[in-house]
Amino acid sequence: MSLKGKRILIAKPGLDGHDVGAKIIALALRDAGADVIYTGLRKSPEYIARIAVDEDVDAVGLSILSGSHNELVAETIKLLREMDADDVKIFVGGTVSGDDVQKLKVAGVAGVFTSEMKIEDTLAELSDVLG
Amino acid sequence: MTPPSKAASTSSAATKELRRTPSGIEIPLIATPNMRQGTLETPGEAPFTRGIFPDGYRGRMWTMRQYSGFGTAEESNERYQFLMEQGQTGLSVALDLPTQCGYDPTDPMASAEVGKVGVSLSNLREFEILFNNIELDRVSTSFTINGTAAIVYAMYVAAADKAGIPRDKLTGTIQNDILKEYVARGTWIFPVRPSMRLIADSVLFANKETPRFNPISIAGAHVRDAGCNAAEEMGYTLANGVAYVEELLRRGGDVNKFAKRLSFFFYVHMDFFEEISKFRAARRVWANIMKDKFGATDPKALMFRFGVVCGGSSLTAAQPLNNVVRVGIENMAAVLGGAQSIFTCAFDEAFQIPTEQSAELALRTQQIVAHESGIADSVDPLGGSYFVEHMTDQMEAEILKVMADIDEYGGVEKAIEEGYIQMKIAQRARERKEKVDNGERIVVGVNKYQRDETDQGFGEVFELDPSARDRILDKYQMVMDTRDNTEAQKLLQRLGTAAAAEGENLLPYIVDCCHGYVTVGEMVGELKSHWGEFQEPVRLT
Repeated sequence: MSLKGKRILIAKPGLDGHDVGAKIIALALRDAGADVIYTGLRKSPEYIARIAVDEDVDAVGLSILSGSHNELVAETIKLLREMDADDVKIFVGGTVSGDDVQKLKVAGVAGVFTSEMKIEDTLAELSDVLG
Repeated sequence: MTPPSKAASTSSAATKELRRTPSGIEIPLIATPNMRQGTLETPGEAPFTRGIFPDGYRGRMWTMRQYSGFGTAEESNERYQFLMEQGQTGLSVALDLPTQCGYDPTDPMASAEVGKVGVSLSNLREFEILFNNIELDRVSTSFTINGTAAIVYAMYVAAADKAGIPRDKLTGTIQNDILKEYVARGTWIFPVRPSMRLIADSVLFANKETPRFNPISIAGAHVRDAGCNAAEEMGYTLANGVAYVEELLRRGGDVNKFAKRLSFFFYVHMDFFEEISKFRAARRVWANIMKDKFGATDPKALMFRFGVVCGGSSLTAAQPLNNVVRVGIENMAAVLGGAQSIFTCAFDEAFQIPTEQSAELALRTQQIVAHESGIADSVDPLGGSYFVEHMTDQMEAEILKVMADIDEYGGVEKAIEEGYIQMKIAQRARERKEKVDNGERIVVGVNKYQRDETDQGFGEVFELDPSARDRILDKYQMVMDTRDNTEAQKLLQRLGTAAAAEGENLLPYIVDCCHGYVTVGEMVGELKSHWGEFQEPVRLT
């Protein structure tokens, strides 16, 4: 299993400006051989879903540290489904409490990562799901 | 008992090992007198290495200012009154992201974030509620606001006007530091040039109208939290400070006047002596720049005054009670570094809005340091320590190196527009993360002494009232229904005309708009129509 050649969109939905985690993961994924697209800050779920479809990505990583993950993730998943792109795996990174991790998984998220997880563990989990 | 021979060999290995601070400064095993040239400076005298006041904290205790605000103005007002009853001496307002980025709560971009990370303040009515029963002439209020700083400041002035409080009685601070927003915190709105104009407008207006108010707080805190080390935090921030001074001079400002009202803001992280040295060195560097580069002659215009946050990304979600200890240590570093105002994070701040209980403990931490520890009784008590003076000199050299690197690139504005500083910080963040991942940098509870327990026992959980958003939208609609709309449109148009022209100070127009209940989103929309928006350079390497 490897991340080589996987197409991954790292996105910042909503107004949250904390982009360190998103950039660290983008850099690490690229070094692991993935094709990484990073959106930059302040993108709407519509924009993210459209890029995901246009770029035919395997996975979208949504980075949210403002506490608005439930709303923004649900909206992105809904839009991807409407665009018949439900095969795209959704991951979430950020400040997410234990209860919300379960909620997000029920909503269809394939994995949730917080800042205290090791990068190598995050990459391994991504590779398992996408491999 | 350990056998003597074994003890000796262990100590010898530890002795030979080269140790460095997180900024890369080599740490001597034993500091010696010959490490330092020059004589010991005097507190209260330029370049103020030992502090800006001759009497340290005896003359004036630091301001204890806890960052707080959430949901509606009513709830935040209640929390402020609680904190003031507990002995807090200044307010610090956290605003929600829509207000920070210039969207009204009704905007589709705002819908998920209204009242989330701070209070929603879209118009003057909300300010009136926020400061209800709080005497604006007796409290100093700090706003962590940047992209919409000029507007929020104008709202504060308008709220004071309405309450009949003379403008010259207002004290407080707006962050108003857009350059670091482009680099780290991300609440930029307009391109760099018009943003710099708006900052100069607000500083010059404030110098005249609210002379006791700090119209800018040049902040390294967010750059630090985004990943860079202490020397880079200070170097980037002082470089931004120089850019603001140059802008104000271009606008005809008097350096001896405006420089007295410049203030700074930083994080204190865990490397105790490096943090103390960072502040001592920064005072010296800034005073020298203001004197030598800008020709300031008034000693007060050379003074580097700053506030700090103890906590931030040095706090962990794992074993959260450990954060109480971290914040206590950082609080002491801030005091030994000579901070004017201190915010101590609550131990649960790494993962939620603090509860009333955790917020109180954070404030008590400062009160214990201030009144029980005795470290505030003598001015710069570490001054003259061979180690601290050596580290201060080393830190000064590192800070100057960071500033020279930006100069070489072509200055702060170019480095930001091309994403150079952003890229350096992202790379530094990754290095820091890797050092924690591989255990080179120990974080107790995260990569050492972990416990595999889901219940970490941090007590109370803060829950945002889910109805807050609806109440905020109702109040917004009420303002829209009751204000004089024709007048509001006229005020907005006048602001637009002034913005389209060069050189006019926009603050009087913005204050007028606030009085007419024009909203933050409307004003930002009008300005965007003339200035456009910042195009973020997305660059990873």
